[in-house]
Amino acid sequence: MKSAVQRLVVVSLGVGALVAAVAAQQPAFDPKDPRIGLKAGLRDAGVASKGLELVASMGRPEGFYDPKQPAGEPMPPERQGNQTPEAPAAAAPQAGGQRPGGAPPAGGGGGLNFANSDLAFQGNRVIIGNFHGFNTYDIENTRRPRLIASVVCPGGQGDVSIYGNLLFMSVEQTRGRVDCGVEGVADAVSRERFRGVRIFDITDVARPRQVAAVQTCRGSHTHTLVTNPADRTKIYVYGSGTSTVRPGEELEGCVGKPDDPNTSLFSIDVIEVPIAAPERARIVNTPRIFADDKGNLGGLWQGGNHGEGTQTSRMTNQCHDITVFPAVGLAAGACSGNGILLDISDPVHPKRLDAVVDKSFAYWHSATFNHDGTKVIFTDEWGGGTRPRCRAEDPTTWGANAVFDIVDRKLVFRGYYKMPAAQTEQENCVAHNGSLIPVPGRDIMVQGWYQGGVSVFDFTDSTRPFEIAYFDRGPLDPTQLITGGYWSAYWYNGHIYGSEIARGLDIFRLTPTEHLTQHEIDAAMLVRAEEVNAQEQKPVTWPAASVVARAYLDQLNRTKGIQPARAQAVNAALTRVDELRTGREAGAGAVLDQLDALAGQLDTDAQASSGADQKRLRALAETLRGRAARLR
Amino acid sequence: MSRGPRSQSRCILVVLILRGKHVTSRRLAVAVAALLALPAVQAAAQEEPPPPIIKPGAPGQPSTVIEAAKATDLSKVGYTRADVEFMQGMIGHHAQAIEMVDLLKTRTASDDMRKLGQRIEISQRDEIRMMKEWLTARGQAVPDEHAHHMPGATLMPGMLTADEMAKLGAAKGVAFDRLFLELMIKHHMGAVAMVQQLFATEGAGQDGEIFAFASDVDADQAMEIRRMAIMLKELGR
Repeated sequence: MKSAVQRLVVVSLGVGALVAAVAAQQPAFDPKDPRIGLKAGLRDAGVASKGLELVASMGRPEGFYDPKQPAGEPMPPERQGNQTPEAPAAAAPQAGGQRPGGAPPAGGGGGLNFANSDLAFQGNRVIIGNFHGFNTYDIENTRRPRLIASVVCPGGQGDVSIYGNLLFMSVEQTRGRVDCGVEGVADAVSRERFRGVRIFDITDVARPRQVAAVQTCRGSHTHTLVTNPADRTKIYVYGSGTSTVRPGEELEGCVGKPDDPNTSLFSIDVIEVPIAAPERARIVNTPRIFADDKGNLGGLWQGGNHGEGTQTSRMTNQCHDITVFPAVGLAAGACSGNGILLDISDPVHPKRLDAVVDKSFAYWHSATFNHDGTKVIFTDEWGGGTRPRCRAEDPTTWGANAVFDIVDRKLVFRGYYKMPAAQTEQENCVAHNGSLIPVPGRDIMVQGWYQGGVSVFDFTDSTRPFEIAYFDRGPLDPTQLITGGYWSAYWYNGHIYGSEIARGLDIFRLTPTEHLTQHEIDAAMLVRAEEVNAQEQKPVTWPAASVVARAYLDQLNRTKGIQPARAQAVNAALTRVDELRTGREAGAGAVLDQLDALAGQLDTDAQASSGADQKRLRALAETLRGRAARLR
Repeated sequence: MSRGPRSQSRCILVVLILRGKHVTSRRLAVAVAALLALPAVQAAAQEEPPPPIIKPGAPGQPSTVIEAAKATDLSKVGYTRADVEFMQGMIGHHAQAIEMVDLLKTRTASDDMRKLGQRIEISQRDEIRMMKEWLTARGQAVPDEHAHHMPGATLMPGMLTADEMAKLGAAKGVAFDRLFLELMIKHHMGAVAMVQQLFATEGAGQDGEIFAFASDVDADQAMEIRRMAIMLKELGR
């Protein structure tokens, strides 16, 4: 989520002119979509879903919502530029650091004080970050998650990552305190203030201890863990600060002026954490990843629009989010005005390989690679996450995802995807955080769209992403916009977990639809991870199981990428092999030989095929061979 | 321990069932359907009491248990008088930037200058709207955008005097461009100084919304100053 001003910038540009200029990448909103017209409510909102079943929903626990306003504070509506609100009979503000007294205001500024934010996973636990701290749930039984730890430690955004017994947390606000206190820091310059990356020891999960707090100049809006395949004794954190630079008197070396060669703008913080001694964590580099050949530190997008009818993109002086894929040595940075690709084979010294702009992007917000690191999905957080940007009149390429292929280590634009159901004025909605669903043979992502709900989409064909499942509730309130909805929606070991800003933790399972078969879901369920931080991607492999083969077969049948006779033969052979208990029983040899023979035929078929189907034919052949080998 | 929102929705379901006995079978069916639609989700309610709320200490210090009422006490990080005055003062400050852009529209010959003006106008208008909404929502006085024209009005840092505005209005072409850039840089530097002043004031800038807004003003104006300095250099001072 981005902050106040950015939500509003660009609003006044007349949407009519924009729509005309926007490529018709996606069909218009379907007026009959079941997500339209859902009843509003915090706990009793109307629901529409397809291909997703909500199996559990846990409201925010005590300590993490305002008992007077459990849903959060309303956001004021957007008004036309010249309209002046009536000056109210004002209660005179009180002097000298005293809070104005009286009843809480009728409307407020969005009430993000207790907002849920990002998720991290380990074993049978999910950790949900919050602007006020974090909560840990036991998810051994996904239908009955159990809250096992509530930790108060304010400072926002509270994005969390996990590595072994260490939990990392982003803090950016000036109210953040070194000692996790809720009372803020009154002094302008104070050693009690904390803005940066906290590290907790969660060996005792119910009672985490803070072991390190690495102060940074701009605080940490988000962060990314980076493992070094060559050195497991250390882990790195890429801290992305997006807010104001603090004074040098508070933290030595901080410089707010953009034209100073030592400016704290135009960089990220690379923090090194010795695993055995996290208290010695420190910043080891602030790489100038936006610099140009002439040594201009802010050498990328200078801010502004891209011609008539195009979006106004922010100037690039920060990354909002960086997603790393250490196994392929790449990182994708969503960096305000640019999407960038970084070589991180030396994690301390990331080097820029490419930078792109997009005429529809207001603010490059987050990035996700596909499984083999050949594509990146970038999201655009037009409106900052607190504004309604999925209304029927909003362009379908604005506030959307852009799919890029990585060709010769360069980013090549292919297509846009936006959650396709029109939302109301009362629902903040724009592309936000998501992760891949490990269906073999396809690129599928689940993503949170704030109050636009959860959307699952396929981008196997980068030029034609399409939706395959969704879950959506009505707005939090029928008349006011209260910031809420899904901050993140991530796949973890067979389920989808949604961090709902106001409503808490939601857990879903996928159900089959015309776009996704049970075999494909079951094949995805076979992929297990011990730990998941969505901003650090790892390679995925699928076991040589029959259901994986059947998933490929379903896909090939769907695209007519396999001859019907061959498909039948593979299906029959898989049925026979599944009836075997061992490879030594009578007749087993013939069944296994047949699998191998079919694999050979599929390889031949693959030579005459192309694209995704060619890959599927080869993967199917490989899976059949592996299945046979396991039984031999 | 009570978990407000959830226990409420449970009660609603119970009421539905009880009422169902006394109403038509169709209503009963609806109530039952409502129940059937949600069994898994309702079952998610935690039966055991939630764990205590932990407040960690500074690095190396022990963690302690904190009561919920204390954990949610934000009374010390609300907005202050300085926050309110910052918003009130910035409205006139921004309004003057728009007046300067209005002069630009008829006095410059440069496309780059026009684009710069458009950008400034859009962002300042949006920020003015945001500030007015913030003040209104908090029951605070919303100053008139043009109050700074009143004789004897206090000008916020960086704002142009009536003489400076007149001088700018009398300039044309490249001379105008140069003067506009010089004065707008001074004007923006005033906004940056106001943000610095805000954060330098005891207790100010703690509220999440104020923090975010002031951060953005600081970043945006600093960036525009940088751009304008480059444009000024290109004009050949």
